[in-house]
This record gives sequence, C-alpha cells and structure tokens, in this order.
Amino acid sequence: MKRQVPLLITFFVGTLLIVSIFSPATENLGEEFSVFFDVIAVFAFFLGGGNLLRVHLTKISRKREDWVYSVVTLVGFIVMLWAGLFKIGNEGGIAASVTEESSLFGMVFYSVLIPLQSTMYSLLAFFIASASYRAFRAKNREATILLVAAFIILLGRTAFGTMLTSWMPPSLSLAEIPNLAIWIMNSPNLAGQRAIMIGIGLGVVSMSLRIILGVERTYLGDDGK
Amino acid sequence: MTYLLRVLLTLALLTGTAVFAQGEPPAVDTTLVDTTTVAPPAPVTGLTGKDRDNDHGHAIELTWTPSVDDLENPSGARSVLRYRIMMWKPTEAYRVDTLRQMYDMVRSNYAPIRVYKPLVDSALILIDQGMVDVSALPFEVLLPEGINRTDAPAEMMKYVRKALQDTLAAMTAQVDISKDSVKVFRSNFLAAVESLPEAFNANGPSSGHGAWDSVGAEVPGATFFRHAGSKEEVSPDFLPDYADLYYRVDAATSDPAVYTASDVCGPVQASGQWYNSGRTVVLISVIIFTILTVVFVQQARRGKELYVRPLAGIEAVDDAIGRATEMGKPILYVLGLGAASDIATIASFTILSRVAKRVAEYQTQLIVPTYDPIVMTVAQEVVKSSYLDAGRPDDYNEDIVYFVTQSQFAYVAAVNGVMLRQLPATNVYMGKFYAESLILAETGALAGSIQIAGTDEIAQIPFFVVACDYTLIGEELYAASAYLGGEPVLLGSLKAQDYAKALFVVCAVAGFLTLILADATGAHWLAQFKQWFMVAD
Repeated sequence: MKRQVPLLITFFVGTLLIVSIFSPATENLGEEFSVFFDVIAVFAFFLGGGNLLRVHLTKISRKREDWVYSVVTLVGFIVMLWAGLFKIGNEGGIAASVTEESSLFGMVFYSVLIPLQSTMYSLLAFFIASASYRAFRAKNREATILLVAAFIILLGRTAFGTMLTSWMPPSLSLAEIPNLAIWIMNSPNLAGQRAIMIGIGLGVVSMSLRIILGVERTYLGDDGK
Repeated sequence: MTYLLRVLLTLALLTGTAVFAQGEPPAVDTTLVDTTTVAPPAPVTGLTGKDRDNDHGHAIELTWTPSVDDLENPSGARSVLRYRIMMWKPTEAYRVDTLRQMYDMVRSNYAPIRVYKPLVDSALILIDQGMVDVSALPFEVLLPEGINRTDAPAEMMKYVRKALQDTLAAMTAQVDISKDSVKVFRSNFLAAVESLPEAFNANGPSSGHGAWDSVGAEVPGATFFRHAGSKEEVSPDFLPDYADLYYRVDAATSDPAVYTASDVCGPVQASGQWYNSGRTVVLISVIIFTILTVVFVQQARRGKELYVRPLAGIEAVDDAIGRATEMGKPILYVLGLGAASDIATIASFTILSRVAKRVAEYQTQLIVPTYDPIVMTVAQEVVKSSYLDAGRPDDYNEDIVYFVTQSQFAYVAAVNGVMLRQLPATNVYMGKFYAESLILAETGALAGSIQIAGTDEIAQIPFFVVACDYTLIGEELYAASAYLGGEPVLLGSLKAQDYAKALFVVCAVAGFLTLILADATGAHWLAQFKQWFMVAD
C-alpha cells in the first residue's frame, strides 16, 4: 500500500498531463500542477536548512577533519538568516524588501556573495583552456578532425581568419575560412546535435513511460524487486 | 615627450569634436515634413475572419489583401502607414468593462484596508490614551517639513493623529470595505460577463448599439492578424466564445483623421477544441512507442533474452567502484542542479541506487552532496533502500547524502573542496548540469579521480567528453538506469527505444529523399510529404 498509492498518483497525473498535451482545453494543466510542486518545495527548504545545521553541527561537535569550514558555513548561514528575517539595516524597516542594497543582507549579498560567485565563474575560462589543451592533442584520427575543426572555427571568428582568405574569388567563397566555420557549425555540428536531441527526446519519453507504468520506481526508494 | 604630445592631440581632437557637435544645432530636414493634406487611401479588401484552429478558444484570425496605397507597394500612393484592427463592441461590452474596473478596484483596495484598518484603529486608541512615542507606532510616520521628532510630543502626536484619521477616511471613502461588497461586485460582474455572448449576438454593427474599438495594429504590408483574447473573465482582454464578432481593418495614414475603413467582416465566432489535430503525428508516435514498450516489456517478462547495446560508461562503473575500494578512497556522486521533477534527475536516482548498492556491498565510502533539498530527501531514501537491499543497513549513515546550497557556484565551490580535500577515487556526475560542468570535471581530473559523467544538456556534453574518462551522451543517461539494473522489464523498454530510434532514422531518410525527388521531378504531392510531419504550436 505504501508503494501502490504513490504509483497510482503517478499513473493518474502522468496520464492526465499526456492528455493535456493533445487537448487545448486542458493545456494549462501542467502549469497548475507545478503549483503543487512549489508548495512542497517551500517545506523542503526547512529540510535543507535542518540538514545543513545537523551535518555541520555534528562535524564541529566531533571535531572531524576540516571542522573549521563547518564553522564558517554555519556563521554565514546564521548571519544571513538573521539579516534577512529581521531585515537588519533596512531603511524601510520590517516592511521593506529583503534585497534592499542598504540592508545588511543586501550588503553581504552584493559585496561578498556576488563577487565570490563571479570568481568561481571566471575560473571557467582557465578550465576551458586546460580542457582544450587536452582535447586538441592529435592522438588519433577523431582527435585530429576535432583539432582541425576547432582551428578553423577559431580562425573563422577572428579578423585574421577573414583576412587570410579574403583574396579568394567569389566562386570559391565557401572555402573562405569564416564561411567554412559557419558551415561546420550549421551542418555537421547541428546535425550531430539534432541526432543527440532526438535520442534525448526518445529517452525522456521512454523513461516517462517507465515511470507512469510503474516499471521504474527507484525514485520511491524501491527498485521494484 | 612625443608620446605626451600624441595623447594631448588625441584628447584635443576628441574634445573639439564634442564641442563642435554641441555647438552646431542640427539642421531641420524639411523634406521629411509633409505639409500637404493626405488623400484617403484605398481600403483593405478581401477581409476574412475565422476561429483559430487547435486552441482553447477566445481567438480569431483575420486575413486581408493590403491597400493599394500600402507603403510597401511602390506602384500606389504609399500613404498607408499602418493597419488598425477594429472590433465591434456592443454597449453591454462597455458596461462589462466598467464593472470589471470597479470589481478590480474593490478587490485591490479590500486587502490593504483589511490589514491596515485594525492597525490604524489600535494606533488611534494608543494616542488617545496618551502615547507620545512616534517610533512605537506600527507605521513609519512621515513628518512634514517644520515638524521634528524633537518637537513638543503632544503637538507632534496631534499631527500624527490627524494624519492617521485622514488616511483612514481616504481609504474607506474609496470603497465599501465590508466583505459582502466584494461578493456583490463579483456576482454583478460575472452575471454581466455571462450575458456577453447574447449581447454580441443581438447587437451587431447594423443595430447601432455599440461602437468600434481598436484591438491591435499591424505594419504596412501585413496581411494577417491574430486577435488572441484572454480566457480569464477578469482580464481586460477577455474575448467571449460563441459570440458573433465583427471586424474591420482601417488603412491609416500619417494624419489620424484620414483613414479608410474596410468592409465589415463577420459574424465570426471563437470556440475551443477538445483535440489539437496539429499534434496528430506526435500522438501516433507516442502510441507506436507505447505499443513497442509494452510489447518488449511483455516479451522480457516471459523470459525472452534481449540484447542491448553495451554502454562503456556504465560498464566502467563497477570497475570504478572496485578501484575506490582497493584505494580505500570514497566515491563522489553528484546529482547535478536539476530538480527532483527533472527526468534527468530521476534517471540519476536510478543510477545512484545501483552505485549505492554496489558501494554497500564493497563497503566503500559514498559522498552525495546535493543542490536541492527535495533531491536530497529522495536521494537519502534511495541510498538507504540500496544499503538495505545490499544487506548492510547498519552501514548506512545519514551524512552520506547532505544538502549544500542552492547557489550554483557556491555549490561548485563546496563540491570542488570535497574533491581536493578527500581526493575521491571516482567521481560520478549524472543529471542536469550547466556552467559548472567543466569546473567540476576539470577539478576532478586535477585531483586524479576516475570520472564518469552523463547529462542530457547538449551544451555541457562536450565539456564532460573532454574532461571525463567516460561520458554517457544524451539518451544513454536514461538507458543507463535500465542497463545497470539488467532487469528484463527495464531492458524491454530500452529495446523499444532503440526500435523507435530506427523508425525515426527511416522517416528522416525517407523525408530527405522525398524532398530531393520533389525538387528534381517537380511533383507537388512529394513536396507535401514534410507537411505530414509538421507539428502545430
């Protein structure tokens, strides 16, 4: 019974939402059902906060390895919670918006969190460089094709690439590096992407059918055996 | 010195340009000013209207032939600068608009009054009892110039009392604040809305009871307009179904007073459909796919051996867990940034279940940091169940799956920290990933972990391919969950997926060849082939 009720709900809601795709009269049903999800999500925030406190307090109390980081996490969590709940430093008092820049919450958010997030994001540039270095080593035939294609696209997006083949007659315009780069992006690249997308679409339908029919039930903490 | 001179010259040039640009007033281009009277343009012709197909109603589509004097027509006077779409509204429709506005006003005023009136009342009682501290009031009182908080408290409170009384009077003067008044306004409005179709049907343009109302405009050269009204009765754009609607299109010129109206088109009625015929091809595909799935699942249940293509990434999972066991290091499992309702995350739960079971059997350490509290709750249940299945419930620890944060890059920082401090032997990334994919995978590669990734986010697949040892591309993520278990029923659905893919390839090749043949032979029916596969919005 513990498993059957959720499976029945899944089957009923899943079937209803499939029907709604084909019936204009019920096309907004998906959005309306997502409200249920939002309601559950609100309660889940308490779960998240509770888990965070429990995990880090345990770590601190048992002086586990790197427990100092847990102190930093908890201090950050409590300060932001306190600043946000009581609108500390808000000019308009408790009725004002929590994201007001003059408030303590706003100040920490804009002056600490945003720069830290930007820093993490900017690491991506360096990681792209190191990943490209590994990917573009011509170890085998596929990697060589990748290297050549990447080289053409890189050149094609620069003024130097345009200049290199600008002398070519109009009849050979397809062989100009910028046009070659566009062709690679729009033809082989797009064809590959679409093939993957078709596969993903079928995978999603297959997975959804498995869930709706109750064949796949691991998400309930039950592998169906 | 030369360098300084160059800089100074450049600055002087820039400043000079700006100064000259400011100094010279722009010349008036008199050629753009049309001082002549605009002649009435030729009207729009052939105006037709019909209900929009495959929708929930409340929408009409109009088509017409542009005016001969359209701006886009070089052979005409080119005086038509836009087309104004007009709809006939009977007097009753205007009354409904007024009732809607009144209902909106009552509704929007009712809530704040309900909240603030008791507060104001209690504040007035406190002031009458002799309270002199302005800051103790539940309001931020804005004091006018000339009155300071340091003034005599009694004088200031007199001002505050007057201000509160005036505010309350102004609030209650606008609307009757009783709850019943909202109900009365609502029922009056809804009754009027219900009678709208009848009003439209009985009072066409020939009756003279009503007026033309603009419902939109189109640019020169346009031949189509969709009047998409709202189905919400409280919306000002509400367009009733099953009501006789009349339209005309005005060819408008630069002079607002000079325009030519087209012939009236109507009556035309909007109505909703129960079935969207534009999605028939999708329905057929879903039915075929469902039949294939059910057939193969049944075959698998009867014990038929099903061959499923091997997935290198999945076969590597067992080796990776073995490696972690031998090294005595943990396995890090990242579920991505998806919500629990994302199919990719659900597929990831299934893979996590298999990984956790194997980890429990090998008694290796598992770390699952999560981004979403709901995902965390489900993952905890999944891992707990896997430990139970493996016969090692005592080894399950609630700290295996834990919540980190819902901030994307803070989550990345935390997971990267785990990678660099605990140096997991294996990192598994399965689910929805965005910009963080490469940061995670590259950090894992630097930490020397074996990495297995799978996502359905196309933009992130190349990053995982580059930085991970094994990558499940797109649908392999969904296939993995079935493949890992090796259960016949799940493999049956995987087999159906492969057959459906083959069917898609056949359709794509057939479409490709048909279009080439249509071009070569000029056969119209061949060119129509692709229309069979078109899907409506």
